[in-house]
Amino acid sequence: MRVVAAMSGGVDSAVAAARMLEAGHEVVGVHLALSQSAATLRESARGCCTIEDAGDARRVADMLGIPFYVWDMAARFKRDVMEDFVAEYSAGRTPNPCLRCNEKIKFSALLDKAVALGFDAVATGHYAQVVERAGGTRELHRAVDTDKDQSYVLGVLDADQLSRAFFPLGDTTKPEIRAEARSRGFYVASKPDSYDICFIADGDTRGWLAQRLGEQPGDIVDAVSGEVVGSHSGSYGYTVGQRRGLGLPRSRQDGEARYVVGVDAATNTVTIGTSDLLGVNAIRGDHARWCGTAPEGVVQVGAQVRAHGEEVPAEAWASGSDVEVRLSSRLRGVAPGQSVVLYDGTRVVGSATIASSWLER
Amino acid sequence: MLPSAAAAMTEQLAITGNASSLHTSGRLARRVVEESRERIAKALGARPSEVVFTSGGTESDNLAVAGTWTARRDADPARIRIVASAIEHHAVLDCVDHLVSHEGAKVTWVEPDAAGVVTVDAVRTAIEEDPGSVALVTVMWANNEVGTIQPVAQLAALAHEYGVPFHSDAVQAAGHVPVHFADTGLDLMTVTGHKVGGPLGVGALVVRRDAALVPQTFGGGQERQVRSGTLDVPAIRAFAVALEESVGSLGTETPRLVALRDRLITSALAMGYDTTVTGAWEAGDTERRLPGNAHLLVPGCEGDSLLYLLDAAGVECSTGSACQAGVPQPSHVLLAMGIPESSARGALRLTLGHTSTDADVDALLAALPAAVDRARRASGVS
Repeated sequence: MRVVAAMSGGVDSAVAAARMLEAGHEVVGVHLALSQSAATLRESARGCCTIEDAGDARRVADMLGIPFYVWDMAARFKRDVMEDFVAEYSAGRTPNPCLRCNEKIKFSALLDKAVALGFDAVATGHYAQVVERAGGTRELHRAVDTDKDQSYVLGVLDADQLSRAFFPLGDTTKPEIRAEARSRGFYVASKPDSYDICFIADGDTRGWLAQRLGEQPGDIVDAVSGEVVGSHSGSYGYTVGQRRGLGLPRSRQDGEARYVVGVDAATNTVTIGTSDLLGVNAIRGDHARWCGTAPEGVVQVGAQVRAHGEEVPAEAWASGSDVEVRLSSRLRGVAPGQSVVLYDGTRVVGSATIASSWLER
Repeated sequence: MLPSAAAAMTEQLAITGNASSLHTSGRLARRVVEESRERIAKALGARPSEVVFTSGGTESDNLAVAGTWTARRDADPARIRIVASAIEHHAVLDCVDHLVSHEGAKVTWVEPDAAGVVTVDAVRTAIEEDPGSVALVTVMWANNEVGTIQPVAQLAALAHEYGVPFHSDAVQAAGHVPVHFADTGLDLMTVTGHKVGGPLGVGALVVRRDAALVPQTFGGGQERQVRSGTLDVPAIRAFAVALEESVGSLGTETPRLVALRDRLITSALAMGYDTTVTGAWEAGDTERRLPGNAHLLVPGCEGDSLLYLLDAAGVECSTGSACQAGVPQPSHVLLAMGIPESSARGALRLTLGHTSTDADVDALLAALPAAVDRARRASGVS
């Protein structure tokens, strides 16, 4: 097959490209320029899209002897990921930009351009597995390395996208990938992992949002008493389940910690309460995406609400693009805007964006 | 690299000798350098003493522009303005920008006409803004992207009317069209090795003996006290061999390349796709366009898609330039010619040289329709 290997400049995508080549595919390396100011050189290991990263990717492609191109997707990335990120926070929700990027950029803009240019598929360095069943159906599964598993951020891929996706690292652990990179002579073998949001270089999400949304002073309200107990400079800076950064003294009466239990963008109000108010066992999601056919009726699944979060047994049923999920045990910190990804064993069933969550007794 | 140049370079690499040393091997090396200087001077219509060896086109352009500007300003503090064409190579553009941002220079950029020609009238208008403030005029001999040949002799005469020195970057012209430094009336001229079939990393600034020039690098002053650094004797020898051969074969190469170029352009235009040729072009013409340059605009295509598709089909071409991270950028030359950014993204620059054959042109023409179809589909989706 003719395959585009998306190469970020990191160790994972480098090994992924090498493995695709060794598997006998015709591989072309493509680095996505996602930053509007790609001319910046950054010292930290965070994120992507620096000149250094493009250079690292090129160096690996040269070692592999494959053609290498930089495709400018900065405008699409800004529109579909960054502006979506700002809009979601601004509406009181907590988005996951990596999911959005996989859905709209890597397996849409990049994949579509690749297909138009005559390629069959896109390969990335994500830790996840594609299992092909008899009849050619392709399933998305968790990676062997449960610590690195990235199936959560791929839960937005539909059957069509999945049919053109390769994740060559899913059967290997991260330490083994680093060792393999070293044995292949890739000097990116010891390059640190990127953890943060790639377009927020210093990791300060609230500060980054404040630059775009400005100061929006509002009240912090106690969930039980309804009293105003403090103030904030923008409700977009808060996420359900958050404990730090509230700037409040511990409650004088009980000494218990307070958490954000609600963010209401319409009234610019942040509601806080004790941890017992955070537990929910019911979720309603929209924007459902199925990694195969949509499930019919009530299905037994495992539900995960954040990357590397725990999976809890649940029942789910779909209706159109909406999904209802009943969890067998309570989960804390379920924020609207995050994705709930549903699993059947290690198989990814699909995902939905969390619209609301509550406690059903 | 021309085989004769590669052979000369390889032979010289095995011979020890620093041309600045006074012992026997040093004298032998010096002799090689001076013979090369004479051959290069002869091939370019200059005197040997006018040839200053450098590391290539960028260094020559920097020395010419910054060195002349500094000398002129030192002699007369009012002379701080550079008149430069907007389609210069970055070696000139960025050097001018540096002088403006860090040294107090002023600049008047002269836009070309729609064919990419920097006209005498446009340069006169630029000088006339304030003739007493002009430090130098710099206009390239031939544009590296669209291949348009500039009226450098008339432009030099114009600058001299105002007592202003004239520099031309002739990197694309030397060895490709007749270049005669003295007859053209230039004060300074840039040439480089790898564009004439010689090695990378060697070039020269041809500069009149009476031109005032302040050095831009400092050290041993090996080259006329204006350029320092140990001379790369093997590269210089190979440069001379290559330039001499390129200039010597112009009589046969020019008609051969023009025929290839014209067939390429004519056939590509005949394919439709609303393809246009950029710059001045007429079949058979060697006065206004470089013999080996074909530059096309294919509407609805991203140049980088075409580049990939043609590369995959075995045809190596160029589109615009790329930023440091490798993102293709629309060409400043095309934008200066008044071509909209959306069209400039579909630029395809095809260069023919001494190794190009009829079969190469056939291969390109065979690959082009499918590449354009695919590239258009790809630009429709992204």
